[in-house]
Amino acid sequence: MIAFLLKRTANAVFVMLAVALLAFVIFRFFGDPVEMMVNEQASLQDRIELRERLGLNDGFVTQYTRFVTNAVQGDFGVSYRNQQDVMVLIKERFPATFELVLVATVISLVVGIPAGVITAVYRDSRLADMLQLGSIIGVSLPSFVVGILLILAFSVSLGWLPAFGRGETVDIGWWSTGLLTPSGRAALVLPAVSLSTFQVTLVMRLVRAEMLETLRADYIKFARARGVPTRRVQWRHALRNCLMPVITLTGMQIGNLIAFALVTETVFQWPGMGMLFIQAVTFVDLPVMAAYLLIVSFIFVALNTLVDITYAWVDPRLRDDSARGNG
Amino acid sequence: MKIKNVMLASAAIAALAGTVQAENVLKWGANRDIGSLDPYSFGDSFTINVLNHVYEGLVRYSRDLKIEPALAESWEILDDQITWRFKLREGVTFHNGNPFTAEDVVASLTRVSDETSPLKGNLPAYVSSSVVDEYTVDITLNGTYPLLLNDLTNIHIFDKEWMTENDALMPTDAGAGTEGYATYNANGTGPFIVESRQPDAKTVFVVNPDWWDEPQHNLDKIELTPVNSAATRVAALLSGEISFTNDAPVQDLPRLTAAPNVKVLEGVDLRTVMIGFPFRDTLTNGEPNPFKEKAAREALYKAIDLDLIQQKVMRGKSRTAGATIAPPIPGYVEALDTVPGYDAEASKALLAEAGVPEGMEFEFNCLSDGLVNEEQFCQAIASMWSRIGLSPKLDVAPRAVQSPKRTNGKTDVYTLGWATLPLLDSYSPLLQIFHSKTGNAGVFNWGGWSYPELDALIDAAGQELDLEARLALQTEALQMVKDETIMIPLHQQPMAWAVTEEVTEMPLFPDAKPRLWFAKMGGGS
Repeated sequence: MIAFLLKRTANAVFVMLAVALLAFVIFRFFGDPVEMMVNEQASLQDRIELRERLGLNDGFVTQYTRFVTNAVQGDFGVSYRNQQDVMVLIKERFPATFELVLVATVISLVVGIPAGVITAVYRDSRLADMLQLGSIIGVSLPSFVVGILLILAFSVSLGWLPAFGRGETVDIGWWSTGLLTPSGRAALVLPAVSLSTFQVTLVMRLVRAEMLETLRADYIKFARARGVPTRRVQWRHALRNCLMPVITLTGMQIGNLIAFALVTETVFQWPGMGMLFIQAVTFVDLPVMAAYLLIVSFIFVALNTLVDITYAWVDPRLRDDSARGNG
Repeated sequence: MKIKNVMLASAAIAALAGTVQAENVLKWGANRDIGSLDPYSFGDSFTINVLNHVYEGLVRYSRDLKIEPALAESWEILDDQITWRFKLREGVTFHNGNPFTAEDVVASLTRVSDETSPLKGNLPAYVSSSVVDEYTVDITLNGTYPLLLNDLTNIHIFDKEWMTENDALMPTDAGAGTEGYATYNANGTGPFIVESRQPDAKTVFVVNPDWWDEPQHNLDKIELTPVNSAATRVAALLSGEISFTNDAPVQDLPRLTAAPNVKVLEGVDLRTVMIGFPFRDTLTNGEPNPFKEKAAREALYKAIDLDLIQQKVMRGKSRTAGATIAPPIPGYVEALDTVPGYDAEASKALLAEAGVPEGMEFEFNCLSDGLVNEEQFCQAIASMWSRIGLSPKLDVAPRAVQSPKRTNGKTDVYTLGWATLPLLDSYSPLLQIFHSKTGNAGVFNWGGWSYPELDALIDAAGQELDLEARLALQTEALQMVKDETIMIPLHQQPMAWAVTEEVTEMPLFPDAKPRLWFAKMGGGS
C-alpha cells in the first residue's frame, strides 16, 4: 500500500511539473507583458529596462526553474496589473468560485437525480419525454448562451434577479460569503443555474442508465415479489445502488466546474478565479496566469489521486502489480 | 387641532428628511476594472482617468478641454527658460486632513519620475523639482519645453506625510515582487474619496465635502462596477442596475436608443485611425520592400474607398479623416484634412510606376481587441487592395500578441489609432510616431522611417515656447507627413456612452474620459 501511495504521489508531482512546463511554453505565444504595462510615452530604453527587471530576458530554463522553485514555496510573485501578491489575489477570489461551484453541484444533484429516476421509471410517459428533450437542449446549448438567455428573461424582462455581480458579501475570516445576505443569494441564482445546466443533464442521464440497469436486477424482482411497495423499491433500493457512480462523477466534475466557471463568471461578472484569469490573459499578466493554471490543475490532480487512493483502499485488486505479486 | 398640526409638521419633517436622505448614487458600469488604486503602478490611462476623481494634478482640463489651474494657482517661466515656478493653492487638504504643500508636489514628482515608475515617460522633460517656500515649487526641465502643463494634467499629487508613514514614497515594482500601500489605499485632494474597493467587483467613491472647488455635480456616491461582457452591460443598463456606461457597444445602439429609460450619448472620438507602412529594405517574407517609394504608398491610399468604409463598416458613425489628427487638436488646419479620393485606375498606374510586382504579398497586421470595428475595416481594406492586384495577408490577433510583432518590425503594414493623449496636442503624434527613432522620440515609429527635415521641424516645435509659432511649426510638419503619405489616415472613430433617465447631465468628452465631477442626477436634494 505504501509503495502504491508513493507511486501515485510521484505521478501527481510529475503531472504538475509537466503542466508548469506546458504553461511556460504557451506563455511564449501570449505576447509581451511590457507592452501592456507601460503607457504611450515610455521610451524604448524604459521598455528594455522594465523587461530586464521583470526577468523576461533570462533563458527559458532559468525562468522555469525560478518559477518552480518559488511556486513550491507558495510564492507566485506579484501581479503585473494589480501589483498585488498573486496568492492573495487568488485567495480573495477562490470563495466566490467555490460557492458558485458548490451551489451548481447541489442544483445538479437535486434536479438531476429525481429527473433521472422519473425518466427511467416512467419511460414512456409524456413527462419523461419532455425531460429527455430538455436534457438534449441542456447538453447542446453553450453555457454563455444559457447565461445570456437567463439574464434577458429574469433580469431585463422580469426584473427579479440581478444580471451581474455577487451582491453583498459577509467576511468570515479570510472567506467572503454571499450565502448569508439576501442580495448575495439572489445574485447567486442565475450564474449557478447557468453553470449547472450541463451538469444536471449529465447526472440525469447517468442516473437513468444506472436505474434501467438496476431495475432489471434479480434483487429488485425479489423485493417486488416479497411485496415491498413499488415506490419504496424504486426510490430506496434501486436508487441507492445507482448513487455510487453518481458520487464519483460529481467529485471528479468539481474540477471541471471550477475550470468551466470561467465562462459563466465572464458572462455574470462573477468576481471569481475565472474572471481573474480572463483579465490576466488580456493584460498578459504572466504571474497570475501561471498561478491559476497550476492551482486548477492541482485541484484536478489532487481529486484524481484521492479517488484512486480511495479505490485502492476499498478494492485491493487495484493496488499495483508488485504488491499483488508478493501476495 | 393642535395635535393634528404637530403631527402634520412631524410628517413634513419626516418627508423632508426622506428627500435629504435620498442619495444620488451613480452606478457606473465600465467595460473593465481599474488596475489598482495607485495611478502610478501601471501605464493605463483608464486607471489614471478614474483615479482623477480622487487625485488631482497641478493643472487640469476644463469642461471645454482647456488647461486651467487646479492645485497650482499660477505659474511662470523663470529667466533661464528651463525652470517653471508654480504658486500653489492654499487651504487645500487631503482626504485624511493633511494640508497640501510644496513638499507634497516634490515628493509626488519624485515618485512618478523614479526609475521603476511605468509612468515616467509622462514627464519626458523633467529633471528635478525643489521647494521654494511652503506654497511655491520650482520644476527644472532639460531644455525649453512648451508642453509641461499638458503633461502635468495627468500627474496626480500624493500626500508626502501619508506616503512616508506607509512606506509608499517609491512606486511599486512588479520586478522586485513587492506590494505597496497605495495599491490598496488612496488619499488625494479630489472631489471624491475612495470608500471601499473589491477588485473586479466594486469600487465605491463618496463625495468629498471639503473639496476646495465649487462642485458642479450633485452626486453623493459613485459605484464603479466592471462589467466586461458587452451583452451583460447592455442588460444591466436596461434593467437599471447600472445608470451609466462609458462603453455602449456599437451593435446594441439601436436597441438602447429604443429603450424608454435609456439615453444614448454619441460622439466622435479624438482618436484618428491610421495605417502605417514599413520603411525597411525588405518585407517580412524577404522580398524587396516597395513601400519605401511614395508612389506605392499613394497607390494603397487611393485604393481605399473611405466612403464605403464610413457607410458600411462604421455604420455612418465615423468621421472620414484626411489629417492624422482630429479637428479639435491644436495644430489642425482644414487644409490638412483633404482626402485624395478613391481611384482604382490611378492606383494601379502608381503601382506600375513604383515597380510593384503583380500579386505582391505582404502582411497586414490588425488587432482583434483594438479599435472600433477594427477587424471588419481591416477585412474591407484588404479586399480593396486585392482588387488592385495585391495579396495582403491579413493577420488579426489580440493586442498582447500583435504588439511585440509591431514594435520589433516583424510585420509589414499595420493599423494604429492615436488620440494625442495625454497631451491633447499635435506634438504628441509628431514626436511619438513621425519623428525618427532616437531617444524618447519615435517610440511608435514602427515602420522605421526617418525624415531629417521633419525631425528638425518637430525638434524646433518642442523647444518653442510661443504657442502660435509652435503650432505653425507643427502644422508644417503635419503637412509634410501628409505630402509624403507616411501613414494613411482613415477616420476618427465613433464613441458611445449611455445613461439611464435618472442621470440628467453627463457631458461627453471627445477624449473618451468620463469626468463625473460634471455629472448631475435628477431627484435627491
